[in-house]
Amino acid sequence: MSKTPRYFNEMFENGKLRPPYKGLEGWARDMPVDLRTMKQNEAEALFRRIGITFAVYGEGGDPDRLIPFDMFPRVFTDTEWRKLERGVTQRARALNAFLTDVYGRGEIIRAGRVPANLVYCNEAFERAVVGIRPPRDVYSHIVGIDIVRTGPDEFYVLEDNCRTPSGVSYMLENREIMMRMFPHLFQENRIAPVDSYPRQLKRTLASVAPPKCEGEPVIVILTPGSMNSAYYEHSFLADMMGMELVEGQDLFVDGDFVWMKTTEGPQKVDVIYRRIDDAFLDPLCFRPDSMLGVPGLMNVYRSGGVTLASAPGAGVADDKAIYTFVPEMVRFYLGEEPLLQNVPTWQCAKADDCAYVLEHLAELVVKEVHGSGGYGMLVGPKSSAGQIEAFRSKIEENPANYIAQPTLALSACPTFVEEGLAPRHVDLRPYCLVGQDVVLVPGGLTRVALTEGSLVVNSSQGGGVKDTWVLAD
Amino acid sequence: MRLTVTHQTVYRFDEPMWGVVQSHRLTPARTASQTVIDWTVSVEGGTSGAAFRDAAGDWIETLTVRGPVTEITIDVAGTVETEDTAGVLRGHRESMPPRAYLRPSRATTPDAALAALAEKAVEKIALGDTLAAAHALSHAITDAIAYTPGETHAQTTAAEALAQGKGVCQDHAHALIAAALCREIPARYVAGYLYSAADEAMAEASHAWAELYIPDLGWVGFDPANACCPDERYIRLGSGADAAEAAPIRGIALGEGQEALDVSVAVEQVQQ
Amino acid sequence: MLSRTAENLFWIARYMERAETTARLLEVGAHNALLPNTGGGFRNEWESILRASGTAGAFAAKYGDPVQRNVESHMFFDTDNPSSIASCIRAARENARIVRTALTSQVWDALNMTYQELKELSRTERSKLQLRDLTDWTVRAAALVRGAIAASQLRNDGYRFLFLGYALERADATARLLDVKYYVLLPAVSYVGSGLDNYQWTTLLRALSSDRAFNWAYGGDVTATKIAEFLILNAQCPRSLITCTGSALEQLNALAVEYGRTTPAVTLAEDLHGELKRARIEEVFDEGLHEFLSRFIDSTASLAGAIHQSYLTGRQQ
Repeated sequence: MSKTPRYFNEMFENGKLRPPYKGLEGWARDMPVDLRTMKQNEAEALFRRIGITFAVYGEGGDPDRLIPFDMFPRVFTDTEWRKLERGVTQRARALNAFLTDVYGRGEIIRAGRVPANLVYCNEAFERAVVGIRPPRDVYSHIVGIDIVRTGPDEFYVLEDNCRTPSGVSYMLENREIMMRMFPHLFQENRIAPVDSYPRQLKRTLASVAPPKCEGEPVIVILTPGSMNSAYYEHSFLADMMGMELVEGQDLFVDGDFVWMKTTEGPQKVDVIYRRIDDAFLDPLCFRPDSMLGVPGLMNVYRSGGVTLASAPGAGVADDKAIYTFVPEMVRFYLGEEPLLQNVPTWQCAKADDCAYVLEHLAELVVKEVHGSGGYGMLVGPKSSAGQIEAFRSKIEENPANYIAQPTLALSACPTFVEEGLAPRHVDLRPYCLVGQDVVLVPGGLTRVALTEGSLVVNSSQGGGVKDTWVLAD
Repeated sequence: MRLTVTHQTVYRFDEPMWGVVQSHRLTPARTASQTVIDWTVSVEGGTSGAAFRDAAGDWIETLTVRGPVTEITIDVAGTVETEDTAGVLRGHRESMPPRAYLRPSRATTPDAALAALAEKAVEKIALGDTLAAAHALSHAITDAIAYTPGETHAQTTAAEALAQGKGVCQDHAHALIAAALCREIPARYVAGYLYSAADEAMAEASHAWAELYIPDLGWVGFDPANACCPDERYIRLGSGADAAEAAPIRGIALGEGQEALDVSVAVEQVQQ
Repeated sequence: MLSRTAENLFWIARYMERAETTARLLEVGAHNALLPNTGGGFRNEWESILRASGTAGAFAAKYGDPVQRNVESHMFFDTDNPSSIASCIRAARENARIVRTALTSQVWDALNMTYQELKELSRTERSKLQLRDLTDWTVRAAALVRGAIAASQLRNDGYRFLFLGYALERADATARLLDVKYYVLLPAVSYVGSGLDNYQWTTLLRALSSDRAFNWAYGGDVTATKIAEFLILNAQCPRSLITCTGSALEQLNALAVEYGRTTPAVTLAEDLHGELKRARIEEVFDEGLHEFLSRFIDSTASLAGAIHQSYLTGRQQ
C-alpha cells in the first residue's frame, strides 16, 4: 500500500554528501549509541524542565506530552536561505496588500483577478473590519509560511498562516537546547543566530501602535488561558519580550481605550498581540457567548484606540481557496513575479476540478478548506481503499469544503531513529514579521514526520521538530 | 414629514453588577429620505467613547459604566425630517460591498422550506428582474408569516418563524433575508422607528425591516410585516446581517445578577 | 503587575503552605494513633484529624470508616479532596505555570520538580510508602519552594504577594490547629489538664515543628497557657499568629511605599496586628480560646478580602 515517491535527500544527493551537511556527518557517525541516548534523554529532561509541552486536541491522554525533538539539525546554505527569504517576505507583503485591498476598495476584485464571492462570502471575511485602516496598513503582523522542498532548487508553499501561527517558541528553544548540548557544533559551524526574534517581534508590534497612543506603547499578549495547547509559547514570548501575558478577564474597555487590571489600578493598553481567534475576541461583535474576549474591544479597535495583531479578518488571506490566488496577488500589488511557487491546487467547488479529484483520489492529498493541524485530510497514496471511499462520500456531500493537491515528494533530512540515522520527510515554517519593516529571522521551525514514509509532519499527528540552521557565508 | 422620537431603555439588575459595556447604534444617518434636525442620546453615570462610523454608514458609540450598578437608563430623543423615496436608500454614505451580505447568519440560514418558498415566489418573474423578485419575495413572506406578537422570541430563526407561520417584524425581516439569500440577492436587516397615526393598526414604534440590494437602484427597503416599502413614516437607525448585528443596543453586564429590560418608544408627528 | 498574576502568586504560597499544614495534621494523627486507647467509648483518633481538616463528611461519603490507610489516601493522594497534599501541590504548580514568567527558574524548578515527584509517588506501590516518608517529603518540598522564593525572587510586588499568601495561610492554619486541639481532639472537657491533654499539646507543638523552640523559649512544664501564648502572642515563634500578622503587615507596608498609596487592607492589618501586640494571654482565656480563635479566623478572612479588593480586582480604588 505504501508507495513512497522518489524524494530529495537534503544530506546526500546521488550518494554524495551535500556541502551544508559537511559539518554534521562526522559528528553523527562518531556519536556512540549510548551517548546519543544520553543526549536524547538530556534534551527531553530539559524540555520537560522548562515546561515546553504540547497538548493534543481531542486526544485526551497526558496533557504534558512533549513534542519529540530530533537532535539532527536541518541545514540551509546562506544562498538557499536568501532565496527563501526574498520569496517569503515578498509573499508576506502581497498578503498584507491583499488584506488592505479587500477591506478597502477591492481593486483586485474590480480588476477581475480574484472572484468577488470567494472573498466577500468567505467565512473569514469580517464585515466589522471593512473600511478600517490599521496602522501602516498591516493586517497580518506575523506571517507563517509553510514550505516544502522537492529538489535542490525547488520550494513550494504549502499554505500561508496569516492569523496567529504558532510554533516559534520551538524554533527558539530547539536552538537553545542544541547550543547547550553540542556547543562545539556551533564553534565548528557558522550558524546564523535566531535569538533576535523576540526583540524583532517587539519592535514590529511597537511600530504599529495606534494613532491615539502617545509615547512608548504598552504591548500585551492576549491568551485564551493556561488550558490552551500553545500556552507555553504565549508565556514564553511574553517573558522574552518583557510584556504582560493577559487573559480576556484582565482587560476591560472604558471610554476610548482598553485597560488592564493591575495591582496599581487600570493601565492603558495600546497594542494587543492576540493569540485567540476572531470569533472569541469580543462578545459584542462576534460570538456573544465568548468568555475569553473583552466586551467592547472591537469598538475601541475600530475607533483607533488599540491595535490588534493580527487584525481580525486577516484569515481571509490564508484560506485554502484564496491560496490559489496568492501568485496573482504578488503580480497585482507588487508588480513582481512570485519567487515561491504554489502547489497546483484543485478546487472541489469547481465541477471540473471536483470530477478530476474524485477520479484521482488515490494519488492526491485532499484537505478541508478551513481545516488545520493535519486533521480532516486524506493522503491518497498512504490510504486504504476503505479510507478513500469514506472520504469520497465526504467530498460529494460538500465539495466546496475541499481542495486537492498532488502528493508532493517532500524532501527528507537525516533523523535519529532506533537503528541509527535515517531519512525522514520534513517541512519548514519560517516566521515573517511585518510592521515598519518586513523581516525574517534566519531560521524557522522544521517539522519532521517521524514515521518512516509518512508525509504528515503535524505535531498533533506524531510529528517531531528539529533545529533549523542557516549557515553564514 | 417631521417626526419626533422618544426612546427610553431601562436595564435593572437584581444584584449590583460590577460593570456594563454597550455598543450603541442609536443615531440615524443622514440619507435622501431622512434629515436629522436634532438628536441626543443620554445615559447617566456612564462614560461614552470609542465612537466611529462603520463601513455600513452607521454611527457607533460605546458606553461603559463602572459598577456597582443596579440600573441604567438610556434616553434617546430627537426630531427627523423624512421624505418618501419609495424604500430606496439614497444619499447614504457607506463602503460595505453588497456581496458581503450574501452569507447567511445563524438567524437567516435558509432551510428547505424557505428555499421552496423563495423559488415559488419568483417562478413567474423574468430572470434578471431583481426588483420584481424582491417584491415577490416580500409578498410571499407577508403571506407566510402572520403578524402575531408573543409567539416568537429574540433568538427565533427565520426557518423557525416560517415553520410556525407566526411572528413579529424581526421574524419577517429574517425570513425575507433568508429567502433573498436563496435567490442570491444580498440582503440585510434594518432597525429603526415607525410612525403610525392613531387610527392605524400597525406594528410598534420600534420597528425592523429588510433591505435587498437591487442592481442599478442600490439598497431598497422592504417591510413584509406591513406589506409595503419604507416611506416617510420610517426612520432608519442602522443595519446588519441580522437582528443581533443591527441591534440598536448590544451590551453585556458583568456580574452575577439577572437583568430586566424595560423599553418605551414613541414616534409622533410634529404639527407644522 | 497584572492583578491576576498577583493573585496567582498569592495562591501559590497559600497552596504550598496548605500542603504543609495537611502533612502536619497527618503527623499529629499518626502520633495520636500511637496512644493507648483510653476506653470508655473513646473514638478513633483519625476521626478527629479528619474533622480538623474540615473534610470528615467528604471522607465518610467516599471511604466510610476512618482507617489509617484510607485517611492517608484521602489526605495525601486524593485529588477529589481539595485540601489533600496532591491537590494543593497540583494547584500550586498550575498557578505557577500560569504565571511562569513572574517566577525565577529556581522557583519554577522547585515547584515543577515537586509536582513531577508527586506524580512518581502516585505511581509507586503503596506498600512501599510509609506515612512518615510522605509527610517528610511534603514538608521538605514546601521548604524547598519557600527557600527558592526567598533566595531568588526579586524583592518587588510579586514577592510581597507571595509572602502575603504565606502569612495569611499560616495564620489561618495555626489558629485552626489550636482550635482543633481544644475543641475536637480532646474527647471531653474532663480531660483538660490530664496526661492525655498534655500529650496532645506536645504533639501539636511537634507537628508545628515548634517543640524544641518552645523548650528554648519557656522551659519547664508544658501547660495550655504557655503553649497558647507561644503560638498566639510570641513573636519569636515562626508560626505564631502575631508573627503571621506582623509579616502580612510588613508586606502591605512595603506595597504602600512602592505603589505610593495606602489601602484599606493596610489599615486592617495594622488593627489586627495591633490587637495581638496589646493582648495578654489571660485576656485570651477570659474571652475563651475558641471564641478568640474564631474571631481571629474571621479577621484573617476579612483581611484576605480587603487585599483582594485593594489589589486584585484591578479597578480604580
